[in-house]
Amino acid sequence: MIRKSAAEMANALAQGAITSVALTQLHFNRIASVDKDVHAFLHLDTDGALAQAAAVDAKRAKGEKLSPLAGVPLALKDVLAQKGIPTTCGSKILEGWRPPYDSTVVSNLKKNDIVILGKTNMDEFAMGSSTENSAYGPTHNPWDLARIPGGSGGGSAASLAAFEAPLAIGTDTGGSIRQPAAVTGTVGVKPTYGGVSRYGLVAFSSSLDQAGPCARTVLDAALLHEAIAGHDPKDATSINAPVPQVVAAAKSADVKGMKIGVVKELNGDGYQPGVRARFEESLELLAKAGAEIVEVSCPNFEYALAAYYLIAPSEASSNLARFDAMRYGLRVGDIDGASAEEVMKLTREVGFGREVKCRIILGTYALSSGYYDAYYGSAQKVRTLITQDFTNAFAKADVLVSPTCPTTAFKIGEKSDDPLAMYLNDIATIPVNMAGIGGMSLPSGIADEDGLPVGFQIMSPVMKDERMYSVGAALEAALLGTWGAPILSKAPALGGVA
Amino acid sequence: MSLTYEDVIAKYEPVLGLEVHCELNTNSKMFCGCSTIFGAEPNTQTCPVCLALPGALPVVNEKAIESTIKIGLALNCSIAPFSRFARKNYFYPDMPKNFQISQYDEPICVNGYVDVEIETEEGPKKFRVEIERVHMEEDTGKSLHVGGATGRIHGAEYSLLDYNRAGIPLVEIVTKIVPGTGKYAPEVAKAYVAELRDILRSLGVSDVKMEQGSLRCDANVSLRLIGAEKLGTRSETKNVNSLRSVERAVRGEMIRHAELLNKGERVVQETRHFQEESGLTRSGRSKEQAEDYRYFPEPDLVPVEPDAAWIEELRAQLPERPSVHRKRLQEEWSVPDKEMAAMINADLLDTVEATVILGSDPTKARSWWLGEISRIANEQNVSVKELAITPTDVAEIVALVAKGELTDKLARQVVEGVIAGEGKPAAVISARGIKVVNDDSALMAAIEKACAEQPETAEKVRNGHLPAAGALIGAIMKETKGQADAARVRELLLGHLGQA
Amino acid sequence: MSSLSRDEVANLARLARIEMSEEELVNLASEFTVILEAVARVQEVAGADVAPTSHPLPLRNVFRPDVTTPSLTPEEALSGAPASEDQRFRVPQILGEEA
Repeated sequence: MIRKSAAEMANALAQGAITSVALTQLHFNRIASVDKDVHAFLHLDTDGALAQAAAVDAKRAKGEKLSPLAGVPLALKDVLAQKGIPTTCGSKILEGWRPPYDSTVVSNLKKNDIVILGKTNMDEFAMGSSTENSAYGPTHNPWDLARIPGGSGGGSAASLAAFEAPLAIGTDTGGSIRQPAAVTGTVGVKPTYGGVSRYGLVAFSSSLDQAGPCARTVLDAALLHEAIAGHDPKDATSINAPVPQVVAAAKSADVKGMKIGVVKELNGDGYQPGVRARFEESLELLAKAGAEIVEVSCPNFEYALAAYYLIAPSEASSNLARFDAMRYGLRVGDIDGASAEEVMKLTREVGFGREVKCRIILGTYALSSGYYDAYYGSAQKVRTLITQDFTNAFAKADVLVSPTCPTTAFKIGEKSDDPLAMYLNDIATIPVNMAGIGGMSLPSGIADEDGLPVGFQIMSPVMKDERMYSVGAALEAALLGTWGAPILSKAPALGGVA
Repeated sequence: MSLTYEDVIAKYEPVLGLEVHCELNTNSKMFCGCSTIFGAEPNTQTCPVCLALPGALPVVNEKAIESTIKIGLALNCSIAPFSRFARKNYFYPDMPKNFQISQYDEPICVNGYVDVEIETEEGPKKFRVEIERVHMEEDTGKSLHVGGATGRIHGAEYSLLDYNRAGIPLVEIVTKIVPGTGKYAPEVAKAYVAELRDILRSLGVSDVKMEQGSLRCDANVSLRLIGAEKLGTRSETKNVNSLRSVERAVRGEMIRHAELLNKGERVVQETRHFQEESGLTRSGRSKEQAEDYRYFPEPDLVPVEPDAAWIEELRAQLPERPSVHRKRLQEEWSVPDKEMAAMINADLLDTVEATVILGSDPTKARSWWLGEISRIANEQNVSVKELAITPTDVAEIVALVAKGELTDKLARQVVEGVIAGEGKPAAVISARGIKVVNDDSALMAAIEKACAEQPETAEKVRNGHLPAAGALIGAIMKETKGQADAARVRELLLGHLGQA
Repeated sequence: MSSLSRDEVANLARLARIEMSEEELVNLASEFTVILEAVARVQEVAGADVAPTSHPLPLRNVFRPDVTTPSLTPEEALSGAPASEDQRFRVPQILGEEA
């Protein structure tokens, strides 16, 4: 049962083939057996989840009308506030903090009776591409435990690939949903900025952050997308418009007559051969399914990474200022005679990891007087140019596509000493965040050279999220036809315990 | 050997700059739904947003924007077609996010002015104070310093924070530099803040209570040699919390600067704190290195673009400008300048106006409020507005006097009764048994009795010596326990003695 | 321009309220030189004719009505406080005065 899709689990629940309590317990059993190796979770809410499951079962027994995913378990990235449940963002500075409120995403999950199993591991404050920056130790890729599961949402992606949960929530600032999906052989979607409320999402970079669904199939992602999306008056940047019809799009899986634009700049040098091969095959499958493949050029994308590493740290330097040991979280050095200023400095030294401190300092620099125009100001201009590139490209194509990342999963520790190499992971995912558009990664196969999964990225214009679901579902169906079985059935690492 | 004020103005020209912070009286805070009521139990008006819990997001209060636009319009500003919030980044424990959401280079209102008038030896003199900008921001929490001798920050062992005030909408009104006030700088500063206070009050956007901190003034002062062009170094005196203090702070800083300059020393550009007791300022702890606020556009909020229709709708809601309003009242009531000034200084113009609106004669209303009622307030050492008497009560009493149902003397008793908490005028009248004696026969009996007791006086009156009637009237009033109408008594008495 | 001295990093650490050892300061300074070189590329295309984008969506005038909503209880508000006293957050002595 735990290897089925969320939609299939929902059907089984609806038909009475299994109860939510039993389904939830099965997942806790699975977690108990594999999570010591994977380390996808930072916190399990066993009692809360089982109580929630029991409540859904009771509603169902009474014949109440339930939402499509009612009773299906889910793993929540530890960057979203859940009332009474530890929320650490992978940081020591928030160790033990239990929010007195629910994020809107969590409220929406609860409204839809989706059972929250626990909180998943992540790079500290979502800063990273490998989950190695978690203060609570790295998460391991279920395909090869010596490798990274991507980041920052490595815990959420790994929990899906290890069958610890059929659904997960991630957040994506520069690729933190899509890159982990790519390297774990799962599906991850960054909705249009403003499509899902950010209220209760602990901010890394406010103008880039977006929560979204993680799943093992495109339809599951669509079902979860519709459950969490929608206008929220508590988020001033939330879009007040109907949620795109992504479930209908995923079910139709129709690409006939669609124009698919291949972004010239997001392919080629620096992309691993296996990644490129799988990408080309996918394009052929889409063409066979009736789509027209065109090439588009986005010349300013080459500056996206540089702009991102100014904008995100700048906003983060301000967003993370609130972690000061005064109102919540860690407090270090509060001994007789110490001043508030000293306690703040000591707490932030001890409470933040190296990467977070580095980015805070970088952001502080980029915003400081005398440098603002050269750095933060210039980065904002690049943002304009990237958005213009997308506008031009979307005039020629309905969706744009690229490999999700240049490489497959690398080894834990392999790039931790080389920040620039690490940052290159996000080269294809960052432009999407800069323009606020939608982006999806789904598996396109396995690289021949290392046997690891490869991601295919689909990008759709603002609030046209349904387009990437149509294309994703069509490609998924075509690939399944060639593979014969879901890609995760080929993951070797947990075979013994699966 | 300190300088006199005359020494200072003989040599230097002061240049003012005033920053006024005004807490808006919205129901909810600037960026969240917490209540703004003053004086609540600590930390009972806080939520994830104003406590800056991880993940919380601000959303702008529409009423705060409207109030700010109204302030801008009332101060003759242009309303920016595009304005934005920005983050002002600095660490301070009373500011939960460690940045303040404020406005930086794109404020909502710019380029206005306020005309103020002050009294001088040469008569009233007008000054125009130009407004640079009006922008929105949020207030901080309050700290209580524990362990220090005085409850002040210095020497405290630790501090206790209450975030009820954190996030209350603040509007900051910044003037351009104000040159040319000469020796009147302190008076102009005071008159400007007073005028601003009146405007804000008339708009109904703020409680404007300086003593509660809902209106706070920072006064920037610099001096330059008379005739010099280059501005001197300014000091910024923070949180001056009464009109009188504004005047004192400016005057005090002018003298302090002049003393430094005369000694050949430099004025340090710094923040200073006004001390109510001495009227002097003290230096704030100067920071070892300059702050760098690293302003950038607040990414959690979207720009404000008020359209013309909205602005015009708000403009239509503006009340009459207080100074115009005052002029109109003065004319309508035909009040001499001095009396008008007395009413304004006593802060009773609105009270008198309310009484007049309720039907009272303006002169009567003024004389009650500024006379008897102010006297009682003085005696009790409270402000007139704290007394239990309202414009409705006074209007009622004035009407009773006009109808002849009360004498002035009885009316005073009623006023006393109302102030003493005995109830509304009608209740006081009935409880105290106050009644004008209108019965001529009863009065005649008293008249005859008085004349019988003072035959010589009565005779004088009969012989045409009218001033002598006073003694008889006094006796008659005493006999009728003051409840008789003195005019009627006089009339009857004179008739009785053949002098009608 | 695209490099940072040890003292500059120290000043940034002060602004960001992070205590840093001498070794960290020196290491960060050298690491930053590499990173700054990479990110400084944004200046190549950031011409005066390009408008900055600070927000991905063209939203305007998003407000909430001036209506009060329930606050947290003081217990909830103080639930995460490292120290509290008299229903207030207790913090170490504050040295600097407010900016």
